[in-house]
Amino acid sequence: MRHLIDILDLSTQEIDELIATANDIIANPDKYREKCKYKKLATLFYEPSTRTRLSFEAAMYELGGNVLGFSEATSSSASKGESVSDTARIIGGYADIIAMRHPKEGAPLVASYKAGIPVINAGDGGHNHPTQTLTDLLTIMRKKNRFDGLTVGLCGDLKFGRTVHSLMGALARYKNVRFILISPPELKIPEYLRTDMLEKGVSIYETTELSKVMPELDILYMTRVQRERFFNEADYIRLKDSYILTLEKLQNAKDDLCILHPLPRVNEIAVEVDDDSRACYFEQAANGKYIRMALILKLLEID
Amino acid sequence: MQINPITNGVVLDHITAGKIMELYRVLNLDELECSVAIIKNADSKRMGKKDILKIDAAIDLNLDVVGYIDPGITVNIIKDGVVIKRKKLGLPEKVTNVIKCKNPRCITSIEQELPHVFKLTDRETKTYRCIYCESKAKNI
Ligand SMILES: [Zn+2]
Repeated sequence: MRHLIDILDLSTQEIDELIATANDIIANPDKYREKCKYKKLATLFYEPSTRTRLSFEAAMYELGGNVLGFSEATSSSASKGESVSDTARIIGGYADIIAMRHPKEGAPLVASYKAGIPVINAGDGGHNHPTQTLTDLLTIMRKKNRFDGLTVGLCGDLKFGRTVHSLMGALARYKNVRFILISPPELKIPEYLRTDMLEKGVSIYETTELSKVMPELDILYMTRVQRERFFNEADYIRLKDSYILTLEKLQNAKDDLCILHPLPRVNEIAVEVDDDSRACYFEQAANGKYIRMALILKLLEID
Repeated sequence: MQINPITNGVVLDHITAGKIMELYRVLNLDELECSVAIIKNADSKRMGKKDILKIDAAIDLNLDVVGYIDPGITVNIIKDGVVIKRKKLGLPEKVTNVIKCKNPRCITSIEQELPHVFKLTDRETKTYRCIYCESKAKNI
């Protein structure tokens, strides 16, 4: 039985297969409408994340399956002190597959040991969120038709942003991918990740200025710079505008630049950018449902 | 100094000088009723000084723990006065309940029943990481 706990649990070949399935679902949705008939997805969300949960639920409904679960810990057995392991084992008797969100790192792994059914990590604290990374990869592939040789700009909070870390880990497995990291010095990628990338022979360039590197980028992955990450308000005010994407900053960007954001955004991408053909983040959100459909099919071993 | 050879038991040889008491403690050897010989600072051609531990009973030691604390150790299993098995330990792939995960965001911080399991992720740097949260263990 397979689970998805960490994006690196999947080989690049398996990622290719998932992307191919997702593309086929988008092209031929009717073919998939009853693939999961009589199957149940349990969404065990120990902390609220409406967007991720709805994406999973929509994916299962679109495959003709059903959904059960809870959306926060207070309404679940966890509030009565039941262990993740026990809950997983019990739900394993009710459902066919689990999507688990938990504030503590490693909870979905614990669940996978005892559930007896496939477990998908739908986010474990600041640790992993592999279906977000799959969503990002699907979107990049649909836009660029390749991973090899891309120059990928990652902008904003690169220190705490787990989506950035796992996307880097996933892309580092392809040939000649170059990362340009754009962030305030306070929010650079952690040292261990930099070492890891350099050991893998991945090229990294770090800068604080977005506009300077804009012309080089094939992909621009924006993340939110949160106020609480700064020691003082003055630094935040001084820096926040540098990491807000506007049409003006896009002036010298490539025509086929692909702008991504894991959403929800606050103000890091100006609304005026939304209608630019290079803005791909809403399409990215929609892709999240398709790649989750592909993943559910794979883990349930349904052709 | 004379210590009688053991007939049936375990000898841990080539212990880094000074490490023997840590092993004694971690392996809970004080609970044993058989004779246990602790030899400190024995002369060694290879190591200069070494410690040696002799246990006069055929017990099962947790060799993962031993290897984690001191990977250079050689284990000799003795039966009827003959060494029937000799093994150089090396670092174990995985240790259970030897290292404690101290990451407050780790699932082990709220679920006391869970075993603390660390996996060897880099042999060269002797890096062990928590299987749940991937936090690095402090170097040995
Ligand atoms: Zn941990």
